[in-house]
Amino acid sequence: MQQLVDQLIQEGYFEGVPKDFVYTGFMVLVALLVLSFFVAPLAGITSWLERRVWARIQSRVGPNRVGPQGILQWLADGIKNLLKEDIIPTAADKRLFALAPYVVFVGFFATFVVIPFGSQLIVADLNIGILYLLAITSLVVVGILMAGWSSNNKWSLLGGMRSAAQIVSYEIPAGLALLTIVFAAGTLSMQGIIKAQGWAPWDWLLFYNPFTFAAFFLYFTAALAEGNRTPFDIPEAESELVAGYVTEYSGMRFLFFFFAEWGNLYVIGAIATTLFLGGWQIPPITDHPVLVGILQFIVFFLKAYLWVFVAMWVRGTLPRVRVDQLMSLCWKYMVPLSFICLLGTAAWMVIWPQGNRVASFVMFLIGVAILGLFFRRVRFQIRHAQPVLYWKPYI
Amino acid sequence: MVPLHYYLFLSAILFAIGAAGVVIRRNLIVVLMSIELMLNAVNLTFIAFARALGSMEGQVIVFFVMTVAAAEAVIGLAIIISVFRHRQTLDPQEMLLLRW
Amino acid sequence: MILFFILAALSVIFSLAVVFQRNPVHSAMALVATLFLVAVLFLTLDAPMVGFLQILVYAGAIMILFLFVIMLLNPEALERRRVFWWGLGSTAALVLIVEMAALLSAIPAREGRIAAVAEGFGSPEMLGRTLFRDFVLPFEIASVLLLVAIVGAVVLAKREL
Repeated sequence: MQQLVDQLIQEGYFEGVPKDFVYTGFMVLVALLVLSFFVAPLAGITSWLERRVWARIQSRVGPNRVGPQGILQWLADGIKNLLKEDIIPTAADKRLFALAPYVVFVGFFATFVVIPFGSQLIVADLNIGILYLLAITSLVVVGILMAGWSSNNKWSLLGGMRSAAQIVSYEIPAGLALLTIVFAAGTLSMQGIIKAQGWAPWDWLLFYNPFTFAAFFLYFTAALAEGNRTPFDIPEAESELVAGYVTEYSGMRFLFFFFAEWGNLYVIGAIATTLFLGGWQIPPITDHPVLVGILQFIVFFLKAYLWVFVAMWVRGTLPRVRVDQLMSLCWKYMVPLSFICLLGTAAWMVIWPQGNRVASFVMFLIGVAILGLFFRRVRFQIRHAQPVLYWKPYI
Repeated sequence: MVPLHYYLFLSAILFAIGAAGVVIRRNLIVVLMSIELMLNAVNLTFIAFARALGSMEGQVIVFFVMTVAAAEAVIGLAIIISVFRHRQTLDPQEMLLLRW
Repeated sequence: MILFFILAALSVIFSLAVVFQRNPVHSAMALVATLFLVAVLFLTLDAPMVGFLQILVYAGAIMILFLFVIMLLNPEALERRRVFWWGLGSTAALVLIVEMAALLSAIPAREGRIAAVAEGFGSPEMLGRTLFRDFVLPFEIASVLLLVAIVGAVVLAKREL
């Protein structure tokens, strides 16, 4: 990326323009391109897919009218929301009310800077990538509190406070789980962490030792809670708080909150993939640079999207937890467990500084066994319940 | 490259604004926020000097200043909450009990 | 250079807003913006680690705490402006600025020039090395300080233990 811009400057395309301006201009251009051709369709299609998956889980049909199988539903929703009147309540604090959705959105969108889609396909490989991720997502909390307070509505305020308390608490287990991986990989850079892994599952940091294996589940749960997803969606619990901090929002601003929420799902999956699941690493089957790039992107995208699907599945099947249950889960169970993971990995690295291949392989086998047991149980449930299954994915 | 002076001058301005906030404002929470602003101005000088001298010690000191700022904010806010419970006010002018 | 002036102007504007906004929530939001801009200034000074820590610690934790307390206490009345204190504070601030400007302009410009630094300056490796080699004792004391702060906050804010 930087090399390309440098080359263009050298060839004299930008005579007389300060170098910083050229860089800034390119950054803005790339951000716009990524936003309109990747993040917007991604969040939109995720919203459509989520509704279809739930519908499937709940024996309904789901949106299937706009486009083939309703895949263009997100465009129709977007246009509808754009055309709606942008209502700002008279009692609201106008400036903060107007600003809040953008703060939330920037906090989510800026994470795409450090997500490595391929060995070359990354906006900026910061040498403190993970710290950047943790820091920039904390903007979301500020935006949510802003939205909750400025709406001047008790549901919004309660939702905002709940959400902020939840995000701040769950940042600790999530951060500690990420630090476990930083220990094992020995770097804070996203590309560096991927390069510390291999394409084969037993080379992934997920199976590095039992502690990183546990850290993965801690991270995924904490990330779901940070993204305000069911079963941890008490900030927007419909039965208690109408819609939480988004109660007073309508039209485009409402859309921005949900844009951030659905996009954030993919970011969670992408971070999990980068840190634990080998990222874009592919087996050495070809040398062609373009082909390798495409394969890396596909591998990364599918691994990350798998976790989006798991999050939808969880949302469709688990009930919501109570506020006190949520807090005690975080502080009494997840924080101590993540400390154990951190210290355990540190001890492991003292005993086997080069890692332990046998242990990795055993962990891999255990992982496969767990997955096998899970699917056996699912099969038993399906046999037992004898539902009328039809394998057409559409109606 | 921006000269060191500019950073020092900026942090002087920020520090003075924070100090003015401590004197002007009659709301304990905002007074605490002004103190945070002053601490941050000091951090900026440390970072600027660390860069100018090429030594990491300035950055490490900033690390400690942040720790102290966090501790100070936590204790300060706890005191404010317990004072508010007794007096129903945040105005430091009305907290006269210990003055004489 | 241009970047510095933009950042400096914005941070001064927002820090003025911290002091002069009458609503504490607006003050807090302006403070978040100021801290963010100062963090970006840290980045321009080759201190990325400290800059992101600043965003993480201040915007992510300390300011959330402030906002929580403001919303919890929800002081109804906007505070009254007091002309005497207002004048005193502004004068004090101006005197402070002039004094510091005088001091700063006394330094010869040649000494204020910023030299080039070694590769990897401000990287996590270098910060960690300095922190855990030369500053181990202060580091441990800082952790004890944080523990004391946690205990103190719980003791102070809890109604009955």
